[in-house]
Amino acid sequence: MKNRVLAVFSSLALVSLALAQTVTVTDAEGKQISISDTSRVLTLGGPVTEIVFALGQGEKVIATDTSSYFPAAVGALPKVGYQRSLSSEGIVAQKPSLILTTTEAGPPAAIKQLRETGITTLILAADPSVQGAKNKIIAIGKVFGVQPRAEALARGIDLDLAQAKAYFTQIKKKPKVLFVYARGAGTLLASGTGSAADGMIKLAGAVNAITGYEGYKPLTSEAVVAAAPDAVLFLTDGLKSIGGVEGALKLPGIALTPAGKNKRIVDMDDLYTLSFGPRLGKAVIDLTFLLHPELKRPSGL
Amino acid sequence: MILTRQTPTRTSRATLILTGLLGFLICTIIFSIGIGAVKIEPLQVLGILARAIGLDLGIAFESQQEAVMLIIRLPRVLLGILVGAALALSGAVMQGLFRNPLADPGLIGVSSGAALAAVAMIVLGVTVFNANNLLALPVAAFAGGLATTLLVYRVLSQNGRVMVGTMLLAGIAIAALSGAATGLLTFVATDAQLRSITFWSLGSLGGATWETLGVAAPFLVLTLLIMLRFSRALNAFTLGEAEAGHLGVDVERIKLAAIVVTALAVGAAVSVVGIIGFVGLIVPHLLRISLGADHRFLLPGCILLGSSLLLCADLIARTIVAPAELPIGIVTALLGAPFFLWMLIKSRQVGA
Repeated sequence: MKNRVLAVFSSLALVSLALAQTVTVTDAEGKQISISDTSRVLTLGGPVTEIVFALGQGEKVIATDTSSYFPAAVGALPKVGYQRSLSSEGIVAQKPSLILTTTEAGPPAAIKQLRETGITTLILAADPSVQGAKNKIIAIGKVFGVQPRAEALARGIDLDLAQAKAYFTQIKKKPKVLFVYARGAGTLLASGTGSAADGMIKLAGAVNAITGYEGYKPLTSEAVVAAAPDAVLFLTDGLKSIGGVEGALKLPGIALTPAGKNKRIVDMDDLYTLSFGPRLGKAVIDLTFLLHPELKRPSGL
Repeated sequence: MILTRQTPTRTSRATLILTGLLGFLICTIIFSIGIGAVKIEPLQVLGILARAIGLDLGIAFESQQEAVMLIIRLPRVLLGILVGAALALSGAVMQGLFRNPLADPGLIGVSSGAALAAVAMIVLGVTVFNANNLLALPVAAFAGGLATTLLVYRVLSQNGRVMVGTMLLAGIAIAALSGAATGLLTFVATDAQLRSITFWSLGSLGGATWETLGVAAPFLVLTLLIMLRFSRALNAFTLGEAEAGHLGVDVERIKLAAIVVTALAVGAAVSVVGIIGFVGLIVPHLLRISLGADHRFLLPGCILLGSSLLLCADLIARTIVAPAELPIGIVTALLGAPFFLWMLIKSRQVGA
């Protein structure tokens, strides 16, 4: 009996020791970063912020950047600017014990200054892919000592992806999808290969209508007609900026495509669609049903 | 020399104004170090400085304040002083040399050339240098600025003589050309690249570290000292090139020296902080109103006022949307352009 009590106490002591322990996480450059204090975390970048909240560590986040707008709880937190144009002083003023971000954060000089002030800074690979999302989740799980929860979250993504696949494989013909990034009718960019949008289209069982180039190029009416997409995908804000579905159908060339004729103009939220964060699996399921109108979505999915 | 002789009252008035400007600069420096997202009291500034050289004054401050001041703010303020001084002084030298009040340091193509080189490197991803090296871009920008100036100079000098009037027009053409090239690169740039381009086209002191300061400071200090020595020659130039020649000024040598030194100064400034407009144009104008056209007072005045105005602009840039930051070029243009217009209207009224 006495021994068992001792055993319980010693294991409790071990647990509390583990909680206070320093963890070592590998960053994007392969360097080992030692992290001991996660009491005041500043997250930069939508997916990183989402992961921290998804792992139940949201109350430790003291400030974020403007690209972090999910979950709703981050709305109340101070914003230190956009993750690609940071100012080091504004970040230091928030007195973070840990800065959690990806290689998208910049400019490099600001990151260098932050490191020099002695704030622990963990920079993970941005990598907008399924593996990249899981890597970030596992690494952040390690930071907060919640590996089991992180592994469950990563597994959940795989399960969701498998479910989406089970549905879209029922349809023989893969729809051709054109992804348009819009910021007003004057700024329309079409995604080629290699982008986050391209990755999402593939995961949702469709094919990118444009395969001739990598990254984004301005949309031209002739290229749209030549690509002949079955559906055009926008980000929700982007579609709003050009006047919704009506506005999209008036864009030069769109009306002449199968997508225009069948009014297959669809949209999804920016962060949800392109961030490759913890909601990746759910986003792929949503996109699968958006892009395959033949599929009937069961209630509860 | 008759040219530089002044009445005693004029000289003492100028000395008084210069002393006032020095006081203004010192105040601006103290405020710039103290104010920001992290507040540091003037006494704490002293305490931190003393600690840095090994003295303990017994003034309490947080380690966070010390880190912000020594690692972020101090190099930033020092760089701001040097860049502001270099831009304003280069502006005064250009205006004196071209005898044109619209001349500014960008005229000889150095800033647009530097920005173009930097943008090209960002977008085309030239990885000749190590991408992690923070100095790769400044070095490219500096080289681009000097190369452009050299081109302008070569195109417009005949038999070793510089056609000053044509150079003004050439400056406009070069600016348009590099603007178009920069626009083309912006067109193909990605989101991340666009952010870096903003830095070059609108300027920011946010990237100041001891490392960048260490690289830029020698150029800036040296060129400032050389430019101060142009005052007598520039006074002679106000009468016209031929008259300056009659007064014993080696006109061609001075023109070449002034162009090279301004290119070095502005090139060094742009390469570390990007393009910051209006400082080089407005500061000399402001000083001419109060100090008169004598370059012996105008040039030191430009150093004092240029640096304090740039520090003020930077203070606004980094506090107005804190904890985020505005590009400083937006601040200088927003304040500078309306002020310049007001000055033009006022001078026209005086003229009429």
